[in-house]
Amino acid sequence: MYQYDNYDQTIVDERVAQFRDQTERFLAGQLADDEYRPLRLMNGLYLQRHAPMLRVAIPYGLLSSDQLRMLAHIARKYDKNYGHFSTRQNIQYNWPRLEQVPDILADLASVQMHAIQTSGNCIRNVTSDHLAGVAADEIEDPRPYCEILRQWSTFHPEFSYLPRKFKIAVTGATEDRAAVAVHDIGFYMTRNDTGEVGFRVLVGGGLGRTPYIGAIIREFLPKRDLLSYSEAILRVYNRFGRRDNKYKARIKILVNALGAAEFATRVEDEWQQMDRDALTLTDAALADIKRRFTTPDYQAFDGDAPAFAAKLGEDAAFKRWVSRNTHAHKLPGYRAVSVSLKTPERPPGDATDAQMDTLADLAERYSAAEIRVTHEQNLVFADVATQDLYALWQGLDALGLAVPNIGTLTDMICCPGLDFCALANAGSIPIAADITNAFNDYDYLYDIGELKIKMSGCMNACGHHHVGHIGILGVDKKGVEFYQLTLGGSAASDAVLGDRLGPALEKERVVPVIRSLLDVYLEHRQEDERFLDTYRRIGMTPFKDRVYGAEDEIRRSA
Amino acid sequence: MKVIKNNTVVNDAWQLVDDGAELPAGDVIVSLGRWQQERDALLARDGQVGVALTGDQDPAALADDLDQLPLIGLLFPKFTDGRNYSSARLLRERFGYKGELRALGNVLRDQLFYMQRCGIDAFALAEGRDADAALQSLRDFSKVYQDTGDSATPVWRLRGAV
Repeated sequence: MYQYDNYDQTIVDERVAQFRDQTERFLAGQLADDEYRPLRLMNGLYLQRHAPMLRVAIPYGLLSSDQLRMLAHIARKYDKNYGHFSTRQNIQYNWPRLEQVPDILADLASVQMHAIQTSGNCIRNVTSDHLAGVAADEIEDPRPYCEILRQWSTFHPEFSYLPRKFKIAVTGATEDRAAVAVHDIGFYMTRNDTGEVGFRVLVGGGLGRTPYIGAIIREFLPKRDLLSYSEAILRVYNRFGRRDNKYKARIKILVNALGAAEFATRVEDEWQQMDRDALTLTDAALADIKRRFTTPDYQAFDGDAPAFAAKLGEDAAFKRWVSRNTHAHKLPGYRAVSVSLKTPERPPGDATDAQMDTLADLAERYSAAEIRVTHEQNLVFADVATQDLYALWQGLDALGLAVPNIGTLTDMICCPGLDFCALANAGSIPIAADITNAFNDYDYLYDIGELKIKMSGCMNACGHHHVGHIGILGVDKKGVEFYQLTLGGSAASDAVLGDRLGPALEKERVVPVIRSLLDVYLEHRQEDERFLDTYRRIGMTPFKDRVYGAEDEIRRSA
Repeated sequence: MKVIKNNTVVNDAWQLVDDGAELPAGDVIVSLGRWQQERDALLARDGQVGVALTGDQDPAALADDLDQLPLIGLLFPKFTDGRNYSSARLLRERFGYKGELRALGNVLRDQLFYMQRCGIDAFALAEGRDADAALQSLRDFSKVYQDTGDSATPVWRLRGAV
């Protein structure tokens, strides 16, 4: 966990004072709506359907127990006792009062947190792999580079009024667990022929109205050039990105208008001309950032604890949870644990203040006092000794947070939708609830295996529907909510956009249609193919025929 | 023109002249197009000449003229149009421009800090804005993370890592 020094703290404290002044001027009528708007957005503050929404930054998804307790405190004191974890590893509050937002920011600053650049046309929170630092398939821990990018992008004077928002993701692993390919810039840590570690650089990914998987513009970027190359990309985008139409203003549109090769040439030209020395990441500067990350106090185990193996044999429910919700750790005797926020009791990604407080305690006891937020809207305890797993499981179960559904079809990504968001065309939380209630048989869920359902309440695609194995997009047809399904998308290392299944469906048909799609999958599945693999092999037709062919037959016989 | 310069509010004699309008006496700021067409005549006048760039104009177009221009204006038609932040840095850091860089147009106090960090050193606030109050916003932050060619030392240097 990165620890602020006095400089970091000063900047965050001065931000609170600045935003307090801006908000006071707005409330006093000295700052017009359209002048205040970009300022409040750069602090994550939206004026929404029912009340303002405040998005708080959780840099690369990493939280300490103390920070999580503060998030609980904010939910309790300023909101309605809950918060919503988002696909960008942040947390959102739906009911704060505008006048109180400066106080919330001051509370956040007291635990080294902020809401800087969580919205607006600027560089947003940098996201990363939720298993960073503990994954076995990692080339190097990406978090120091995330922190370097966070500092560089914080109030970057040249890039604070970009054509549109700008999202960066970094992964150090070979498996992409951070949806890197759908970011404006994606950095994949890699080794070159000589074994040196650097980055493969992707640009122009993004979802929204015009989704794109990004293009690789550089196969190897030395680490020392991370910031200068980023600055070159951002400068080309800032100067040449479209500003005449906000729907055409993301970097993906520029990259595709120029072609990735031409875009890469422009970046290289800019990069060759700029003063790179000033931005070169020296070994000393990198070591300084790394030094200010705390490391868990690991114990040396030979392997899994004997008591853990015994409990697996005794308790089937525990065993089920371990097999679904825990992940390999680079060290023997440890596991990373996913805490599912996809429960029947609450909308996907939501947690109450009481849950957050208890989770903070559990993390303190069992996982180095750290918690990660995943882009799939769950939490992770990354450093749990196997000897503690049973006690942790019991603690989570008492909170209703030991639901063993990670990676299954009820572990959905879901945006806030019509219930909260001013942009939404249709509800997404009620569909998630329908799916969770309909598919509650674990034997069936486990038989289906890995299935990523991703759902957005409008084409802005906050719920990543384009890259769901099954994507669900809410649309409005003359005031009635309809749902457009896509199949075959993926946000993982094999990233691809899904294909449209057919005409949008009425709300009550979504669950039966998903069941039909799964029937087709089960009928065609070979060996241990996932839904996605079967879809790739057999194509759209069998699925489409089952869903819409039957409809035609009914029509003909009527 | 009322401007913020060197942390004070001053009134100076520079006039922004529309294309096609007759040139008044005194110091004038003209468009890049007019400068390119009427360069010799403009330099032959009494009074100084500056050129105003819009966000879509490449500052490299002035690279050979910098010694003759005591002022370059950067036009912000809307305060949310950030292209001229890049132009300011290019003029200062790539082309080594030493004269005055003046923000013109929809210039509001809450953007001054960023402008200053990009090398803009004079700010002609939008109509009716309180320039004295705006001075405070130039001091919003005492520490910064980036090395952008202004006089501020970024914190990674202050940390003594290099």
